Amino acid sequence: MNRQGRPTSAGAPSPSAAPETFSGNKGLEQDEPLLFEIGRDGICGVDLPAPDKGIVSRLGGLERDGAIGLPGVSEPEVVRHFVRLSQKNYAIDLGVYPLGSCTMKHNPRLNEKMARLPGFGDIHPLQPVSTVQGALELMEELAHWLTTITSMPGVALSPKAGAHGELCGLIAIRAALEAKGDKRSRVLVPESAHGTNPATAAAIGYEVDEIPATADGRVDLAAYREKLGPDVAAIMLTNPNTCGLFERDIIEIAEATHDAGGYFYCDGANLNAIMGRVRPGDLGVDAMHINLHKTFSTPHGGGGPGAGPVVLSEALAPFAPLPFVRRAGDGFELVEDESQTKGENPFGRLVAFHGQMGMFVRALSYMMSHGGDGLRQAAEDAVLNANYILASLKDVMSASFEGPCMHEALFDDKFLDGTGVTTLDFAKAMIDEGYHPMTMYFPLVVHGAMLIEPTESESKESLDRFIRTMRGLTEQAKAGDKTRFEGAPYFAPRARLDETGAARKPVLRYTQPQQPAEAAE
Amino acid sequence: MRYLPLTPADRANMLDVIGAGGIDELFKDVPQAARLKSPVDLPNHAGELEVERRLSAMAAKNVAAGSVPFFIGAGAYRHHVPATVDHLIQRSEFLTAYTPYQPEISQGTTQALFEFQTQVALMTGMEVANASMYDGSTACSEAVLMAFRITKRKKAILSGGLHPHYRAVVETMERFDADADNELVVCPPVIGGAEDLIGKIDDTTACVVVQNPGFFGDIQDLSALGRAAHEKGALLIVVVPEAVSLGLLKSPGAMGADIVVGEGQSIGNALSFGGPYLGLFATRQKYVRQMPGRLSGETVDANGKRGYVLTLSTREQHIRREKATSNICTNSGLCCLAFTIHMALLGEEGFTRLAKLNHESAVKTAEALEGIPGVDVLTPSFFNEFTVRLANPAGEVVEALAGKGVLGGVPASRLMPDNDSVADLLIVASTETNTDADRAAFAAALREVLQ
Repeated sequence: MNRQGRPTSAGAPSPSAAPETFSGNKGLEQDEPLLFEIGRDGICGVDLPAPDKGIVSRLGGLERDGAIGLPGVSEPEVVRHFVRLSQKNYAIDLGVYPLGSCTMKHNPRLNEKMARLPGFGDIHPLQPVSTVQGALELMEELAHWLTTITSMPGVALSPKAGAHGELCGLIAIRAALEAKGDKRSRVLVPESAHGTNPATAAAIGYEVDEIPATADGRVDLAAYREKLGPDVAAIMLTNPNTCGLFERDIIEIAEATHDAGGYFYCDGANLNAIMGRVRPGDLGVDAMHINLHKTFSTPHGGGGPGAGPVVLSEALAPFAPLPFVRRAGDGFELVEDESQTKGENPFGRLVAFHGQMGMFVRALSYMMSHGGDGLRQAAEDAVLNANYILASLKDVMSASFEGPCMHEALFDDKFLDGTGVTTLDFAKAMIDEGYHPMTMYFPLVVHGAMLIEPTESESKESLDRFIRTMRGLTEQAKAGDKTRFEGAPYFAPRARLDETGAARKPVLRYTQPQQPAEAAE
Repeated sequence: MRYLPLTPADRANMLDVIGAGGIDELFKDVPQAARLKSPVDLPNHAGELEVERRLSAMAAKNVAAGSVPFFIGAGAYRHHVPATVDHLIQRSEFLTAYTPYQPEISQGTTQALFEFQTQVALMTGMEVANASMYDGSTACSEAVLMAFRITKRKKAILSGGLHPHYRAVVETMERFDADADNELVVCPPVIGGAEDLIGKIDDTTACVVVQNPGFFGDIQDLSALGRAAHEKGALLIVVVPEAVSLGLLKSPGAMGADIVVGEGQSIGNALSFGGPYLGLFATRQKYVRQMPGRLSGETVDANGKRGYVLTLSTREQHIRREKATSNICTNSGLCCLAFTIHMALLGEEGFTRLAKLNHESAVKTAEALEGIPGVDVLTPSFFNEFTVRLANPAGEVVEALAGKGVLGGVPASRLMPDNDSVADLLIVASTETNTDADRAAFAAALREVLQ
């Protein structure tokens, strides 16, 4: 019998700190250099046939001279490289990702499978329309779901992301005004708005005018009415707003806007809170983008791709951009050019081809899975989860506004007064606890904002653990334990990174280190 | 509902903690008139099998490119994507991560973006590249706006070889952008001959936008155009619709480009009926602060270890708001990752060989079509795409070919319906995915259709 066998108990705890490793790795966390540092000549990660020597080039002498400088890496090394990189990322599949205004909900894998069906993934945007009838049917079906959920008559599917949708909506507004010979110069935007709102308005030539908020975190209706005038093209309003609150005066805001001859653009980033319970069309909205990558679960992919279809009111629908799908007999046609229009007045084209088909399939798969009943339940659960967090933390953290909130709970840094701990420190300490921090320092209307959006994807048990952690951190901060926070994160692949240094001397690509000069012979 | 983890008991319990009598109380700020009384008129929730059945039925009504001889390009190209690419981009840590705003737990994304930027800069022959735009067309319009900002001039000259959709996107943005005085000079297409852009450049020109390979497949040396633009203080913007061409052709940077934009779909990404794709955007170091979009930059952490963060964000909307260089926020992150992984697998040897195979495939396809009565190959020099003049209207020919199970190119008239002179032109792309059997089937079908 082997009495020297593998020990199975943990043994006595070691009093010493973790050792520095020779490899730079830390157990499962593998250090990984750049591709350009592991690559070398003479290796290739694909096997391609040799070019046919009998072919006479028709390049007209335009061949590149000299190498590109790309590294050669074998397939197993490429796999390992990217798997190691992946393990340095937090992800919704790994834990709570409570980024306010970002709606990090579960991304069902059924959607991925559907988008990869050859009939969707392997079709070209310029195939004859007769060979893509199923794709057009899917776009029509998606349009039906989006217009039904929002009670809006029209939808432009082609915008590539939320900000692109804003561009689409505001251009439609400008086109509609210009069609009436009405030239306007101002767009009103609340202080709490996403940065994309003023950036979009400015990009198409509008002066941005900020609307002040009331003490309860909403648009100040009286101040708004005062700002309105014959030069106001539109209001851009997020609802529920970025403080996580429903704009109680929204119908009055819409009416006042319309009375002044302007249009109501709604930023639909927070549709997740109200789908199935409130329809933007019933609120007087004229245009609203829908982030399929937020509300309808298409994966964020580390920053994109998104998709930002824009639903449009009767007044704006005729100005929707090219292309769009139209029913024709038993099938569908694709209107790609002004010559094919029948009474519509498209403002032009926003993008090549027809939009984010891959995202359309995923979003429709998600919607069909939920159904009308499930979407409503998802909104209710998202709101319930956020209120549960608000109720469970407001005695120790400082809630910025009275509840109930909608799908996200906003706190400010008042509870950290006198502790020396900042919102940033607090967020980094959450990383050590295994959580992605909430949105921080946004919206700008409260000091040191912490915007928590749990989404409907969290179980009660998961929320309870999160709440316990947040309470623990809060107590620790108040107890004066600053090092826990200032040095955080301790347990991440990197300690706090120097963002100022990165911006001061930008290094935006890898360059070969200078070879040491060869010794003279 | 399988995606919702709360039980009815949880919900009741949580409402108690909140102190609400029911879920309706949480929606009390919604004006009475706007509260939905009944559910929206949509089907109820459905299981995986049911959803799969319904969506698969739609997918089955489409002709997948891989199921037929396929020769369509014109801005989106079918290439073989190694299995590794799609596997890796579906890893949860890449797929379900947000924009890397917390860099300490996003090093996977920020390092991959840094590698992407480096690859794009090397391929285009430029100094810096950003972390992507939505696609080639939006990258193109952003480049024009950037040239207006840099030169403080107001006129852009668009080559007739620019993809008509790209031209349309630039026109939309020019028409509705902040400056009413901006002007576009849109040149007519020249097929099979040289286009005189140099003669159009003057002291008020902000930029010349030229696509290489052009919409009709033609390739050209832009060096003289670049020099002429620079002499007048204008920028040369080069649009690359097919990124694989960079493996074989002289790089835009080597020809004097100031901004290079392109469509990156053809590396690592599926056709997917037009999206999601990824816009490539590269320029000179000195213009970096005028660039739109995200940038990943190298830095160090508190322990001195190398790491990567999103940087120079004072150009961007979330910091600069109405003074941002662009309103772009979400970009094409996961498509960049697919591009980066595919490029990593290819490396120098694979990428240049892939490009050669594409050219070879196109030459063989041209040869297969040249002998057919009623077919003239018009493009003197090309990469993997060329234009033919047909004896019959190209739109009808393409439909007839589809009837015979061949997807044989794009009729120019589909993208230029108001230009009668292109009615008989067919744009044919041919990549490494095409076999000799595909070419034979295409040639035979075309011969029959034209008879």
